Amino acid sequence: MRVVMENLSKKFGHFTAVDDFSVTLEDGELVCLLGPSGCGKSTVLNMLAGILPVSGGKIYFDGEDVTDIAPEQRGIGLVFQNYALYPHMTVMGNICFPLEIQKVPKAEREARAEEMARLVHMDNMLGRKPKQLSGGQQQRVAIARALVKKPRLLLLDEPLSNLDARLRLEMREEIRRIQQETKVTTIFVTHDQEEAMSISDHIVLMKDGVLQQHAQPQALYNDPHNQFVADFLGNPPINNIPGTVSGGVFSAGPGAQLRLDDFRRVPEGAKVNLSIRAESFVVEDAPAPDRMSCLVENVYQMGKEEMAQLSFGAHSFRAYISSDYGLRRGDTVHLGLRSRGTFVFDLETGARY
Amino acid sequence: MSKVTKNRLGTGLYIFGALLTAFSLIALAAGRRGALSLALPCIGLVLTVLGLYLNHSYHTRQGTARVSLYLLLVVGALIMVFPFYWMISSAFKTSAEMSIYPPTWAPRNWLNFENFRIALNTAPFEKYFLNSVMVTSASVAATAITTILAAFAFSRLSFPGREVIFSLLLSMMMVPFEMLVITNYQTIVRVGLNDTRFALVIPFTSSIFYTYILRNFFQTIPDGLYWSARVDGCTNWRYLWKVMVPIARPSLVTIILLNGLASWNSFMWPLLVIKTDANRTLPFGLYTFTTEVGSNNEQMLAASTVVVLPMILLFLFARKQIINGVARGGIKG
Ligand SMILES: Nc1ncnc2c1ncn2[C@@H]1O[C@H](COP(=O)(O)OP(=O)(O)O)[C@@H](O)[C@H]1O
Ligand SMILES: [Mg+2]
Repeated sequence: MRVVMENLSKKFGHFTAVDDFSVTLEDGELVCLLGPSGCGKSTVLNMLAGILPVSGGKIYFDGEDVTDIAPEQRGIGLVFQNYALYPHMTVMGNICFPLEIQKVPKAEREARAEEMARLVHMDNMLGRKPKQLSGGQQQRVAIARALVKKPRLLLLDEPLSNLDARLRLEMREEIRRIQQETKVTTIFVTHDQEEAMSISDHIVLMKDGVLQQHAQPQALYNDPHNQFVADFLGNPPINNIPGTVSGGVFSAGPGAQLRLDDFRRVPEGAKVNLSIRAESFVVEDAPAPDRMSCLVENVYQMGKEEMAQLSFGAHSFRAYISSDYGLRRGDTVHLGLRSRGTFVFDLETGARY
Repeated sequence: MSKVTKNRLGTGLYIFGALLTAFSLIALAAGRRGALSLALPCIGLVLTVLGLYLNHSYHTRQGTARVSLYLLLVVGALIMVFPFYWMISSAFKTSAEMSIYPPTWAPRNWLNFENFRIALNTAPFEKYFLNSVMVTSASVAATAITTILAAFAFSRLSFPGREVIFSLLLSMMMVPFEMLVITNYQTIVRVGLNDTRFALVIPFTSSIFYTYILRNFFQTIPDGLYWSARVDGCTNWRYLWKVMVPIARPSLVTIILLNGLASWNSFMWPLLVIKTDANRTLPFGLYTFTTEVGSNNEQMLAASTVVVLPMILLFLFARKQIINGVARGGIKG
């Protein structure tokens, strides 16, 4: 189902939790709603579900305006972080419950519930109570329950946050598989950028209730629209070196100058952040105007690669360097920058140049 | 004092204390009277507790501590059960047996139902019993329903002034029952229900305290359950009965049992509003009966047994539910 959110906003009293939020999701996609805790992800999800009334804007499902339609008429399946299974019902009872409400005959609903249980690999535990299941198994049941009535839209609110690290990886792939098998349009809320990068077709990144960027995971990583997006994605976090641009030359302090084509677009005298991903450095053998001459402060072994702690002017940053170069503390290296993974942002507004 | 000495001393003390308690109780039961035989069990208990306390600080308290804990529990249970045993056994004694000194430990004939016959013939206990059953079940059923509905509204529905109204209700718990009695009495009289069984039910069809407890429990049920159900098309009404009530069952059972007990035992209110003998409930009936039979203790105890028995049976059958309810925070809220 194609989901359109148009200038959506939500106010709690004077506090604006979601502000002028416009996003279009294509049919059959798995989209991650990503952002730090408290940025309004759940609020957006709850407005889509009809749990929260909107303060402004419109929601369209397949062209139909559903903004003021009751939750039960929207055809949604919901999955929560804490699974929200009915503790007094068995797995079978839980998965059947949505169909029971719709008065589907018993034989049919049990057949459909079994089919769903098979899909999530829980068909051998139909008689158990939620208490007798692990967190991952409970979440599988919750997904089966959300899918059994064949929703047009599946909404998952931080479904993996309560699981331990190993299970989280496993369930992440499970959700991807289930989504691809059922082709149901899915919105997956998370604050974990790695989770979002690995699972989704598109990522919608939010901050303080405002849409930051809507793009494919790789595009978000390689082409961030602003400082926040660049900072939020990537591990280790992107290096930010503040400085001033004048005459196409970036200066981060005495003896720390750099000339790049990128800086030509920057207005004279602007204060900027030069943001470089740790993997975007190339070791060169001689200094040049478009190379950074840096002092090696520290070197950490990380398998084939080395993580070097370097300083450029007064600013410290980290770079992946091949261990072939045998860097030592106190060395001076000359680093070129790959255009991929190198960005210039305005220091104040965070806008990209 | 070193840990080991403390532990040894503790172990010695509580074993000695428990044995002293047990033996002195047996001696007491065997008919020895006097200040010493009464004091000994108490001293034994104190020593046991002191020993346990000393031993507590030491890590090897698994085996022996458990044994002594059970001993202590057994002693406690005996003390609790004893009055009931005394009541029931005395109900089977003849009046001659009752006046023997020192009192006998058991009736000569356990099948002597004479006291029960006299008691049941002197006053219409079956009538009282029926009244009690009707009044208790009506007020328990009504209280359960109003409690469930109110707790749902105050925990799940949002309406203007919800918290204010709830605080007002809670503040009414501060008003002592004795004060409400006056206004309740006037109301009942004006409505013209004085001296009817309705008068015993109507003031007791809701309870703020139980509503408070159930509301607190309802609030612990995650929102996710509600919204999953709502999105699936479940109405509030259906969600309440299909999800919330079954989840809250242990608390509800506890509430119903406590409420039932209070209603069954209520005495002051019936005394006030009921005049006609045929409308009396068991405790009230028992009270008038005892004043009538005067010093016939064995008949009084037979009647008491009849009155108390249904509640004891109920508790024996519902034991697991009550313990579950209390343990699972049903009553802690
Ligand atoms: N019912 C509410 N009343 C007031 N403020 C709320 C309410 N729900 C959420 N908020 C606020 O809105 C912001 C966004 O919340 P939420 O959507 O839950 O964030 P997220 O899911 O991204 O962590 C938060 O600052 C939160 O405090
Ligand atoms: Mg959230």
